[in-house]
Amino acid sequence: MGVGIQVDNLNAWYGSNHTLLDINLHIPANQATALIGPSGCGKSTFVRCLNRMHETNPVAKVTGSVRIGEIDIYADASPVEIRRRIGMVFQRPNPFPTMSIYDNVASGLKLNGFRNRRVTDEVVERSLQQAALWDEVKNDLKKKSGASLSGGQQQRLCIARALAVDPEVLLMDEPASALDPVSTAKIEDLIFQLKSQYTIVIVTHNMQQAARVAERTGFFLSGKLVEFDSTHKIFTNPGDKRTEDYITGRFG
Amino acid sequence: MTNSFRVSKANHLRRRLADHAASALAVAATIIVVAPLVAIFVYLLYKGASSLNLDFFTKIPKGPGETGGGMANAIWGSAILLGIGSLLGVPIGIAAGIFLAEYGRGSKLANIVRFTADVLNGVPSIVMGISVYSLIVLPQKHFSAFAGGVALGIMMIPTITRTTEEMLLMVPHAIREAALGLGVPNWRSVLSITLRTASPGVITGCMLAFARVAGETAPLLFTALGNQFWSSSLNEPIAALPLQIYTYAISPYDDWHRLAWAGALVLILLIMVSVSLVRYVTTRGVLKGAN
Ligand SMILES: Nc1ncnc2c1ncn2[C@@H]1O[C@H](COP(=O)(O)OP(=O)(O)O)[C@@H](O)[C@H]1O
Ligand SMILES: [Mg+2]
Repeated sequence: MGVGIQVDNLNAWYGSNHTLLDINLHIPANQATALIGPSGCGKSTFVRCLNRMHETNPVAKVTGSVRIGEIDIYADASPVEIRRRIGMVFQRPNPFPTMSIYDNVASGLKLNGFRNRRVTDEVVERSLQQAALWDEVKNDLKKKSGASLSGGQQQRLCIARALAVDPEVLLMDEPASALDPVSTAKIEDLIFQLKSQYTIVIVTHNMQQAARVAERTGFFLSGKLVEFDSTHKIFTNPGDKRTEDYITGRFG
Repeated sequence: MTNSFRVSKANHLRRRLADHAASALAVAATIIVVAPLVAIFVYLLYKGASSLNLDFFTKIPKGPGETGGGMANAIWGSAILLGIGSLLGVPIGIAAGIFLAEYGRGSKLANIVRFTADVLNGVPSIVMGISVYSLIVLPQKHFSAFAGGVALGIMMIPTITRTTEEMLLMVPHAIREAALGLGVPNWRSVLSITLRTASPGVITGCMLAFARVAGETAPLLFTALGNQFWSSSLNEPIAALPLQIYTYAISPYDDWHRLAWAGALVLILLIMVSVSLVRYVTTRGVLKGAN
């Protein structure tokens, strides 16, 4: 089951570059929340703060609090635990190139020391089914490398890999921006399916996509969260002039 | 119309000529690279093959001037020396490479390690032999297989370290992020994902280092010393193929000269076989599990 995310006074830096300024918002459980905004406004930095990937950059710094359910992710847990509970799908599909399809999906379990073969088999099948990839790969699970799939399949493989460690939240940073329209539509269908079980945060530069998949949408500009509301409100009757300018294509 | 057609046809011809010229150059370059290797190998076969028989692999050398005998002890000795060398050089070399690429990036210690590795790479092998002689042989007051293995191992380190570092740095950042994003601890990600992704290159580095020291004579002269008899003790002088070849080649006896040729042939074959074997075993494992 998904959990809600409460973000308070979040600030982030790369060196002396103050990238996120005082972000406050609540991301509801079991919904898809879209983040939009022009390139470089801090969307990726923001989602990377939600699973403590931001701090893997040696010059990065972050202050403020992020709570998932009852847990303050910066105070109560290690980054490793947090990243298991909050899965991430990146802009470019990044399957492990030396591993088979099966091992890619099982990697999160195996690398964390899980050994039960039967359970692993089940998890791999269930995750691939959730990612709508099972039927396409079930016959060469262990024969084909993850890197031999098409771009769209690779991205669904990465989604399956993230789901296999049973996260509560799924962060997706422009998951379809490197894909063709058919693959993009599949990913969007998938987001629709997955919402019932996971809390989904999706960064997108495609406003139709945000409108199609997300209940709520946040608009970022220059490191600030300008507006955060129901997707319907953001796209039909935005409260801020800058949001309106952006969604009507007047800039960005 | 006709004009432009003619121009493009001439262009087409020129491109095809350039294409053929480039292919011819590439083939010529390949031949130049491969020719010496083939020549050496054929010459060794010609000189050495006739002296290869079962005795060569099962007998130890006969006394000076006597005919017959073999190099069983030298083959065995080389295996032991290379074994010790690899046990020492491969883990230390890879560990140092991992440190340089993953942990010490830009740090002062990393620069010192990198500089040391490069200097070590340039140290003449005879100097390496003398160093190990004064560090191990003199304090122990005897030559030994152990000292010889250490000398070879140290010589393997810089090559392995630098290739490991370069291969790790070639692994895309996205792959590391994928592992960290799954909640895999950093050390685990480095070993099971980054190093594994880079493993074909790292293994090539190890094989290069191995092949290079397998034929070394100089570092063994003051350490393993050589031995005309059978020995498996790490504490005693031990025979080695390059040493035995050297001893036989500078001797005045024709029979020993023939054995030296055979020894050189066996040395090259052993290097080829072990390199191909490692390559075969490791490339087969590439699609296996996360561990
Ligand atoms: N690895 C990094 N190192 C330094 N600065 C970065 C890094 N990644 C992003 N930034 C800076 O942070 C700001 C926000 O970037 P990002 O979060 O990637 O924006 P978006 O995802 O909205 O395009 C930009 O000004 C960018 O230059
Ligand atoms: Mg981005």
